[in-house]
Parts: sequence; C-alpha cells; structure tokens
Amino acid sequence: MRNYIKYIGILALGMVACEPEFDNPVDEQDAYSNGEADFSNYVALGNSLTAGYADNALYITGQQNSYPNILAQQFAKVQETQEFRIPYMADNAGGLLAGDQQITSNRLVLETLFNEEGEPVQTPKVYTGMAPTTNVLNKLTGPFNNMGVPGARSYHLLAPGYGNPAGLMADPATANPYFVRFASSPEASVLEDAVAQQPTFFSLWIGNNDVLGYATTGGLNEASITDPAMFTGAYTQLVNGLVQSGAEEGVLINIPDVTDVPFFTTIPNNALVLSAEQAANLTGFFQAVAGIFTQVLMQQQVPQEQAAQIASQYALTFSEGPNRFVIDVPETQTNPLGFRQMTEEELLLFTIDRTAIPTQGYGSAAVGPEVMQVLGILQQGGQPTPEQAQLVLEAVNGIDDKDALDIQEIQNIRNATAKYNETILALAQANGLAHVDAAALLNKVATTGISFDEGTVTSTFGSGGAFSLDGIHLTPRGYALVANKIIEEINKTYNSEVPTVNIGNYGTVTPSNDVGN
Amino acid sequence: MVFALAGAITYAGGYRVGVQGQRALAMGHTGVAVVNSAELGFFNPAGLVYLENRLTVSAGVSAVFSEVAWQNEDTGESARTDNPAGTPFYFNASYKLNENLAVGLSVYTPYGSTVKWEDDWAGSHLVNNIELQAIYIQPLISYKVADFLSVGGGPIFVTGSVNFNRNLSRTLTDIDGNRSNVTIDASGVNEWGWSASALFTATEDFRIGINYRSEIIMNAEDGDADFENIPNTPLAPFSDTTFDAQLPLPAELTVGLSYQLNEKWLLAFDYNRTFWGVYESLDIEFANPALGVSENPRAYEDSNTWRFGAQYEATDKLTLRAGYYFDESPVQEGYFAPETPRNDSMGFTAGLSLDVTSRLAIDASFAYIRFDEVDAVYNPNPQDFPDYEGVPFGGTYKSVAFIPGIGVTYKM
Repeated sequence: MRNYIKYIGILALGMVACEPEFDNPVDEQDAYSNGEADFSNYVALGNSLTAGYADNALYITGQQNSYPNILAQQFAKVQETQEFRIPYMADNAGGLLAGDQQITSNRLVLETLFNEEGEPVQTPKVYTGMAPTTNVLNKLTGPFNNMGVPGARSYHLLAPGYGNPAGLMADPATANPYFVRFASSPEASVLEDAVAQQPTFFSLWIGNNDVLGYATTGGLNEASITDPAMFTGAYTQLVNGLVQSGAEEGVLINIPDVTDVPFFTTIPNNALVLSAEQAANLTGFFQAVAGIFTQVLMQQQVPQEQAAQIASQYALTFSEGPNRFVIDVPETQTNPLGFRQMTEEELLLFTIDRTAIPTQGYGSAAVGPEVMQVLGILQQGGQPTPEQAQLVLEAVNGIDDKDALDIQEIQNIRNATAKYNETILALAQANGLAHVDAAALLNKVATTGISFDEGTVTSTFGSGGAFSLDGIHLTPRGYALVANKIIEEINKTYNSEVPTVNIGNYGTVTPSNDVGN
Repeated sequence: MVFALAGAITYAGGYRVGVQGQRALAMGHTGVAVVNSAELGFFNPAGLVYLENRLTVSAGVSAVFSEVAWQNEDTGESARTDNPAGTPFYFNASYKLNENLAVGLSVYTPYGSTVKWEDDWAGSHLVNNIELQAIYIQPLISYKVADFLSVGGGPIFVTGSVNFNRNLSRTLTDIDGNRSNVTIDASGVNEWGWSASALFTATEDFRIGINYRSEIIMNAEDGDADFENIPNTPLAPFSDTTFDAQLPLPAELTVGLSYQLNEKWLLAFDYNRTFWGVYESLDIEFANPALGVSENPRAYEDSNTWRFGAQYEATDKLTLRAGYYFDESPVQEGYFAPETPRNDSMGFTAGLSLDVTSRLAIDASFAYIRFDEVDAVYNPNPQDFPDYEGVPFGGTYKSVAFIPGIGVTYKM
C-alpha cells in the first residue's frame, strides 16, 4: 500500500517536470544564427530617432519602443547578449526639468472632442495629466547601450563637454540636456562613452538634425545646414572610432528626405479653400493690386506698357475650392512687391498658424472694411488717394518665410541630404558595414504606404501610423518598421537570421483628454 | 477607433474534461457498458441496478497538469501557459432498493478549464487567462425492465462560474503603457439538464450500453465586466459594466460495449459523440450600449472520441487497467484560439484498484494526453462572422497533459 502511494508521488513529480517541447524551439540559443556578426554587446548611437523620441518629447514607453531596443530584444533571440541598458526618463510625461525649472515641454497626446454634429475632432495637445519629474541634473549611472541623444548633430557626438551641465547655461548652449543626464563625466563625448563600452556591434543614425533645423525653421538661415564636408569629416571619425574600438560589425542608417514627413506634408499648399464669392472678391482684390501698382510704377517714370507687364504678375486669380496660398518672397527687380502664389512642390510647415488663414487672410489678403471701401472706389472708376492705394498694397498677407519651404530651400535641403547619404553609403561600403536606406523606406511609407496584418502604415498625420504627433519623429510602429528594415539589411550583410517583429503589435499615437485648455 | 472585444472562454476537446472515474479513466475512460462500480452513475446509470451490493460509493479526485507552449518562428516570440493544476472530482453513490430498482446520486465536473498565459503575451488580445467551472449534481434512478435490459437516468442540476481576462487590443494602453484589459466574471450560474441511458445484457459476458446527456446552455446574466488601464479618451469608452452571455455545455451521446473475455480479462469500447456544433459563437452582450455585443466566433463542429480499455484481475486484491483513446477536436481550421488550444489528441491511460478490505478499495489512475505539434491560426471567416473585427493570430502550438488521480470505492 505504502509503495503504491510512493509510486504515485514519483509519477506526480515526473509530471511537473514534463513540459511541452517543440521540435525546433525558438527560445533556444541555436534557433537562429548570428552569422558573422557578434551582437553580444550592442551600442546604438544617434539622435532623437535613436533615443525613441516621439510626440515632441522623450518618455519611458517611447524609449522602450525605440528601434535600438527592438533590435536588442531580437538580437537576444539569436545570441546570448548583455543587458541593453537605456537611460530611462523618470516618467511618461516627457518634459525635462533643470532644477525646478521646466526646460522642455511635455509630450503631445491626441485630444478627441465631438463637435455639434457629433463628429470627433482630434487635436494634438500637450499632455497635462502629470507633472514632469525628469531632472537633467540627476545623473544616471551608466554605461548605457542606447546612446541616442535628442537634438544631436553629427559633430556633436564628437564634442567633449556635450554632457557638461555647465554648458547648458552657455549662450549658445554647448551641452545637451539629454546627454548631461548620462555622460560618464562632464568632459566625455558621446563617442568616447560608446567606445569605452567595447561594443561588439553598433548602429549609427546621425545627420538628420544637420539639416532638419534649417527645414523646421522654414529655411531662414542657410548657414544652419551642416556643411557636407564637415559632415563627412565628423561621420568618418565616428565610424572609424567605433570600428577601431573593436566593433567591426555594425549598421549605418541614412537620412530621409524631409518632404516625406508629415511636418512638411500635412498642410497642403492649396489649403486656401474659397467659396465662389470669396474667390471672386480675392480675384478682384488682386486685380486692384495690379492696377494700383501699375500706377505706382508709372509715377516712377516706368513706361505704361512695361509697368502693366510687371504689375500683371500680381493679378492673381482664384476660383471656388482649393487655391494655392500667396507666399512672401524677397523683393527683387522682377518681383518688386515680393509675393507670388506657391508652386506645386513648395511646402508649408505644420507649425503654421492655421487659425490666421480664415481670420486674418493669412496666405492671401487681409481685406478689411477700409480696403473694401477703396476697392469700391476703384470699381466706380474713381481714383483712390496714394494713402488709400497704399492700404490696398499692404493688405496683401503672404505666408511668411518661416512658415514655408520654397523651391530653393527644398533644393538646399535635398542637396545636403544627398551628400550626407553619399558619405554614409561610401563609409558603409568601405568598412563592410550594413547600410539601411531609411530615405527609401520612409519615401515608400509616404507614397504607397507599407501594408501589415491590420492595414497599411502611411505618413498621414495622426492616423497613418508611422509618425508621432510632432510630425517628425516616429511612433512605436514606425520605429518597429525601421527596426525590421535594419534587421533585413543586417541579415543580408552578415548572413545572420535575426527574426523581425510584427509591427501590428506596436502602438501608434496616444489618445488622451488629459490636456490643458 | 473601435476595439473589438474578441476572445473568450474554454478548453480540452473543447472544454470537456473526461475524468469522471478512476476505474473508467484507467481504461481509456470507457464505461458505458462496464458494470464495475458506482462510477456508472456518470457513465450509464442504467447499470446501477446490476451492482451486487446494497450500497456502493465511488469518489475521487484528479490533478490535471496541462501546459501549452506557443511560438512564432518569424518573430522569435514564444510563450507558455502556467496553468494551476485543475482538480476535477466525482462522487457517485448507488443504493439498491430491490433486485429491479436502484437509486443514486452523482456529483461530477465534466466541463471546466483553467488556462493562464503570461500577462501581455503575444496573444493577450485573445486571452490572458480563463477559468471555467461547472459542477453537475444529479439524482438517479436505475430500473431493470427485463433480465436483458435496464434503463436509467435523472435530472441534472448544474452550477457554474467563469472568469476571463484579456487585453482589449494588441496596442491600447494607458499613458504609462499598461495594457488596457477586461475581466468578465460570472458565478452562481445555475441551469437544469438531464441524462438517460440503457444497458443491454446480451449474454453474461457481453453488454452494450448507451447513454445520452442533454445539452445545457449556461445563461450568465448580469456578470461583472471590469475594465482596467483605460486611457482617458472618448475613443475608449470602457467603463465597468455588466454583461449577459451564453455558454453551451454540449450534449454527449455514448454507445459502447464490454466483453468479459475470461475470469481475468475484461475488454471495453466506447464511442462518444459530443454535439459541439451548438457552439457557433460566444456573444458577450454588455449592458453599456456604447460597448454593444462582442462577437467571438467559435464555429465548433460535433466531434467524436473512440475509447478502448482493458482490465486484468492480477490477484483477488489487485486489478490492473489500461486504455487508449483518440479525441477529435471540435475546433475547426482557422478557429484555433489560444483560450481553447486543442487539436486532436491521444490519451494513454493506466491504473489499478487495490482492495484494502473487502469493502474498501483504492482506485488510482494515470493519463498522459499527447497532442501533435500544430501550426494553427485564429482567423474567423468574415463571410460567416461579418461583425468580428480582429486580425489573424497564429503560430505553432504544442500541448501536453498529465492526469494522476486517486479515488476510493466503498461497498456495503
């Protein structure tokens, strides 16, 4: 009797040990090959895109869904790897504090309200559900594998003192608050701290900010584009520094075209939507402008025929429906008034004051009662006074340079980006590194979209799935898409079998009504 | 943005747990034509009248150790269940009033399930964990119509409960990234059913039995639906509410035979047909009209089980048993959901009875349930289930189950 009970006990023990086993279990070390790459100590260098920045802020869940962290998790399925350490923010609000002063804004969330027709109206707004708690002066103890520093340009990664708190107060600032948090010492550079970790594998995605600052300020200051020669110098130093430190395998990611991101594509340049009456009024107004300017020129002794010809460019015509905006351009001899209608390729920035379009005639003309009176005089065949004529000319309210990228500015950006990308490709080839054409990837997202099990990822603002609410940085799903592309190129270059992720498991924008008024 | 409330409730060969007697289970869970003990109260109440003693009691309990592993080779994801041991039990008593008439009482747990995945695993939008219980309580009567024929049966009272948790979608979270999820809970759900059976004694050595247990639809009314980690947005209007849902416990028909080969050997065969076809969809109707009805397609089909058992009387105190069965899954292709991760299975069973005294015997059994590794997907056909919103979820599944059990038989 006792024996039987003993046997049953043994059986029961045997059972607990018996677990279902697959023929080819994916959670065993030899399930996937790492090929010729060694992922055991992966270090990621870059800017906000590498940090996992999204919705105009860095916050914990964004960092968790950064493409380097996604890569690290997939590498760990291939090979025994070191813990992938991330300089986590203190919260999911996202704002930065220096002492008790808030120096960057909280993240954006998507507010949803319902209008009178019961239709949802969605607006990105700053999250106010909790106060930010990340103090940049609270030093984190590294080293950290994700060394993405929001705001960094190529040459910043080489700069000693880029993590020195004293440099935050300098004018211009010589330090970056995000790197201040986790630099190993005040004088350390990002590259030094990366190399000190003796990475076996690295990724580098830098250069976006070298041209982005120019773009997001509407191309005001051409000098703010990093000179391509300087970029090449800095980038070469970065790659050499990493490769010579022993990280012989790695991946370089190139710079997407700004015209593929929603910050520049969401507001179309023909968003001047007019009724038939408004269109007729505006057309009439600009005819008046042309007429008045002809008079002005003739008063300056310009022959009538020539004056009429010059002024005729201002007789803009508008029709019912969408019309291209009027944009301010430099005053030149051929365009003495300094405005014209936008052309097909030109772009408006997401930050443009959209309420001013209908209320102040921003992008066309601010036709108030006084101007209407002058137009009335003209219509009667009367002659306005010079002051009245001036009123009409001043009513033209073109889009400011800071709110738009004109053809020349777009070309400046494209030229710089193309040169950066030549450098990146050349260095990848020279060092036998994997190369990821992020420009082609995001162009595909912007044009055809990329399908997945729940639909298609596009660059449409808010609903497209790829871009976060700041219109420039990616969503977790967008970063997962990039991670998959990187994995694909790594596998090609190093004959490895790193598995990709299902981008449908990664979220997009965060809806919340915890926003201020 | 609509977050489909997919997913639901379930288990083995569906959620049928065939562990209603240690003696029968040791013989592949055959018993519709085996006159052996009060276990007949479940297998074929018509046979109770053939028990030799005035009072016979059989009671026991088993521990179901079942684990499921899932993996996706494309993404390298994997997950395993961490199921607590299930404990199906039975109690059968039979009292013989006279040579032609016996009465009895049976309590048993033919349906139930506990599946517990890691929270927030890859299939968490279908299920995180689920616990389903149903206890059958049945008074019985057994009447010998003629020497060769007896009939039996009785009403069944069922009391059941269900608790089920899953995430609302693959990606919805609160601001801190905690996954939005719902728990539905209903207990004290009571319903009635019945069973009826007959036993033909062709010769002294050869019996044929038939047993039918009715379908019972469990109507959960005003269960609790508890939503957690919901972001503050009108896009996710999930406030705690109540729900109504119906869960079928399907009818089961068993026919079988037993043959006493000689003094030592008894052979038995049972065929079950479980009428799972009734389980078309699990529709959870929330009281909050903003949430509406959550449709969870199942599209089960009736399924068969073939059971074979043998019994060998080794000594006058020790009886040995062994058996085998093949259990068809009611789950159809494209409807393989991780809360019912059941493909066809084979059961290998063994056990023994030891007479401690002339009145008391210890019954022990052991079953090993083998499932093939299977590549499967949950992807309901939109033509059949137009209201279902969800993307396919699939991968490779492998299940295994061990069921040791112990019981007693008492005769007086």
